[in-house]
Amino acid sequence: MTESNNTAIKRGVPLWAQAVIWLLLVILLVLVGLELKKIQTPMIEIGERVSDFNMVFYKGYEYAGKSEMKLSDLRGKVVLINIWASWCKPCEQEAQELETTWQNYKSEDQVVLIGVDYVDTPNGANSYLKKFGISYANAPDLQSSISSILNRNMGVPETYFVDREGVLQYVQIGPFTSVDEIKSIVDSILD
Amino acid sequence: MKKYISGLALAFLFAGLFVGIALAQDPTPTDDEVNAVAKQLYCPVCENTPLDVCPTEACRQWRDLIREQLGKGWTEDQIKQYFVANYGERVLAEPPRRGLNWLVYLIPPAIILAGAIILFRALRQWTTPKTAIVSSGQARGKTSSNKDEYVARLEEELKKRK
Repeated sequence: MTESNNTAIKRGVPLWAQAVIWLLLVILLVLVGLELKKIQTPMIEIGERVSDFNMVFYKGYEYAGKSEMKLSDLRGKVVLINIWASWCKPCEQEAQELETTWQNYKSEDQVVLIGVDYVDTPNGANSYLKKFGISYANAPDLQSSISSILNRNMGVPETYFVDREGVLQYVQIGPFTSVDEIKSIVDSILD
Repeated sequence: MKKYISGLALAFLFAGLFVGIALAQDPTPTDDEVNAVAKQLYCPVCENTPLDVCPTEACRQWRDLIREQLGKGWTEDQIKQYFVANYGERVLAEPPRRGLNWLVYLIPPAIILAGAIILFRALRQWTTPKTAIVSSGQARGKTSSNKDEYVARLEEELKKRK
């Protein structure tokens, strides 16, 4: 009688059920891990080659007669990728400097300046581009596909300097304060 | 004079008609209508903030865009599709029901169900031993003269409670 009582007290989750629960938990963790790995791109470091991405420029903007191009199409040139947004006040501080830099370099055809507009509205972007008279090619960052490749996680503005071989050489976090500041970085990469 | 008055009346009539047409062509969506869509979207700049309550300039621009799209006669789904196409699925308050996103919808109810089952079993376990002990005590009383001291005390307590 006492033994039967003990078995009644010890009654719990059957072994097979415990095994199934643990198996389901492991499967869940694996799935979540795989999904996280898919979402997170490895952080790009200085000296690493920048993965290729596509840019579809805003209406009225182009580079070398093309309204759409890939980063790899610009191989052989130093590329400045400036990430901005019309709602970003610090971006306005450097807008004029970037345009002046472009005007200084565009005739040499060795340096390309590309603007990448981060989570912006078309109206906001157009007003910004007109307000600052920006003439270099600008593309929206559709679905944050470009900024996710560059691992933009510090805010806007950010500028990435890619050398002729497509290797990341310098990252500017925050706005530039002068044209000379930009020029010194570009010239060091050109040399 | 009569001609002048009738001419004036006619002018007012036409003016009223045109104003009516203009209002019918451009119904400006109200803030409530805009927010009804905005609350289904999240600000991508300041994470975890619904668009309808987000105070940033980026979100203000987005709400203006929603107002513009509603004014053009876009449906909620069309607007959401536009935002997903441009900014990605992360802007949606509710992830679309497909692929691994289903886990978001299935795991919480599954956990609640599992919790309910565990609670039910635990409650049953807490009650079963008592009855088992009492019944074993009673059985012993009938069969054996040497009553367990503990069981005897328990029986006394039970009797007092009755």
